[in-house]
Amino acid sequence: MTAGLQLGIIVGYLLVALVVGLVAYRATERTAEDFYLAGRTFGTVVLLFTVFATLLSAFTFFGGPDNAYSLGPEWILVMGLMDGVIFALLWYAIGYKQWLLGQRNGYVTLGEMLGDRFGSRALRGLIAGVSLFWLFPYVMLQQIGAGGAIEGLTDGTVPFWAGAALITAFMIAYVTLAGVRGIAWTDTLQGVFMLATVWAALAWVLVAVDGGIGAINQGLADSSPEMLALGGGAYTPQFILTFAISVAFGVAMFPQVNQRFFAARSEAVLKRSFALWPVLVLLLFVPAFLLGTWAAGLGIEADVAGGESVLPVVLAEYTPAWFAALVVAGAVAAMMSSSDSMLLSGSAYFTRDLYRPFLAGSVDERREDLLGRIGVAVFALAALAASVWAEAGGIGAATVGSLLVDIGDLAFGGFAQLALPVAIALYWRGTTRAGMFAGVLVPQLVYVGFNFLPETTVAGTTLFADAYLGWGVSLYAMALGALVTVAVSAATGRAPDEETDLYFGLGAD
Amino acid sequence: MVSNTERAGWVLAFAAIVALAVPWFLWGVDRVVAGLPVWLWWHIGWMGLAALAFRLFTIRAWGLGVTVDGGDRR
Repeated sequence: MTAGLQLGIIVGYLLVALVVGLVAYRATERTAEDFYLAGRTFGTVVLLFTVFATLLSAFTFFGGPDNAYSLGPEWILVMGLMDGVIFALLWYAIGYKQWLLGQRNGYVTLGEMLGDRFGSRALRGLIAGVSLFWLFPYVMLQQIGAGGAIEGLTDGTVPFWAGAALITAFMIAYVTLAGVRGIAWTDTLQGVFMLATVWAALAWVLVAVDGGIGAINQGLADSSPEMLALGGGAYTPQFILTFAISVAFGVAMFPQVNQRFFAARSEAVLKRSFALWPVLVLLLFVPAFLLGTWAAGLGIEADVAGGESVLPVVLAEYTPAWFAALVVAGAVAAMMSSSDSMLLSGSAYFTRDLYRPFLAGSVDERREDLLGRIGVAVFALAALAASVWAEAGGIGAATVGSLLVDIGDLAFGGFAQLALPVAIALYWRGTTRAGMFAGVLVPQLVYVGFNFLPETTVAGTTLFADAYLGWGVSLYAMALGALVTVAVSAATGRAPDEETDLYFGLGAD
Repeated sequence: MVSNTERAGWVLAFAAIVALAVPWFLWGVDRVVAGLPVWLWWHIGWMGLAALAFRLFTIRAWGLGVTVDGGDRR
């Protein structure tokens, strides 16, 4: 009955999303700027929640609580530093400047903005190419997750490929119809809904447990006393900082987040969003992750290492079936909607920065709008084909398929490699085209190399490990990227058609 | 324009907000206050404080480091 209920809720969500999409379609002009950026008209609530939606991930509802359950609640601090503070500051330093430049010059993508400054179509294409390299497998992960969830909920009646295909078909219909306006509206509904349910879940467990919080803490003290102490076990300062820094910088360069930097209606919207952001982050992660830790204090058994998630187990134990189904289905729906945003941004990067400049030449607005919608379908179908093939174990799937899954898992660190060269370009006139090419390419190669090449010991030094002295390799690669950008820029002259002053002399409106 | 003193103050304030988002000085402390670890209370307070500081920044110094008239009070 629970599975039926969950399916019902997911289908209900899809129907609501479709209605929202139809309304958004009617409100949207047939131009690329409106399709991708809602004509730069987002108000505070919609902008906040559509960025917030990127936090409503599988990690927030499943992976994070599982970590809090097995390692302790310090993940709350990691997310607070990462999303609440560092990302907020990046939103100001990179995002606000991007917004000003977008207002002045009409940019829709990051690649476009950089290509214009450095007078280089190739740089524009490179930024899009690197982004799609990380985004494509990340979309696959969402499809694999959704297909698996539907297969699980129906006890295999709907097989994996059919579930994934169904979800993909829906996403294509929805995204091509709704554009970013509809996506942001559903993001807002979902964000409010998930915040309310996760707090309700916390309160419910607290009330349902005999002896309340005291009993839970007593249970923790008896079974795993180290859990309530800050740090210890897996949590070292290096571990905490590696995650917080590389994911925060990665989030800022994720296409669907970076594009939203362009979409605010006004400065007032940006100011309000900036000030409210840490509170929103706090409100989401504290209850979600506390539930995981409390599960440990309540003696809940969940085989986290074996892939089981603790949140559904603790909800099933202490809340009614309908409520547990509501939370779990809501989380799955939220995960699916993150894919919508990624698809749309993937299409924007592909059509605007690769297809149009390199293959199609100039096209008018209506045709570009159509191209964007076709791009969504192409991107989604390609990811679906790769997902089904990887999951079914087709020829070479065991290696290439698992390789793609690994790339998806590493996506945050991969995107993080873009952040420092971009920030340097935004704030240092001395940045040159050659500096940007080197600064983007070198850390990507290093990061990919260290993550995928087998560890090798040469003259007593281990090459290609994924961490050194406790610090993740993504941080070293980021530092290297900054260094290379500056060094190569300093050593090279500016190319003839660079516009050195393009990013400077910006006034507020 | 924001004075140089205030400019330096904001840089320091943001650095402090980042540096103490994790209460390193409570490392290893497992004291529980009102049902939650004391470091979690720090986190809750610190995020609130960060939000207030950001709000004050938007009122007093928005644009600092980004726009030419950055921090101009209008």
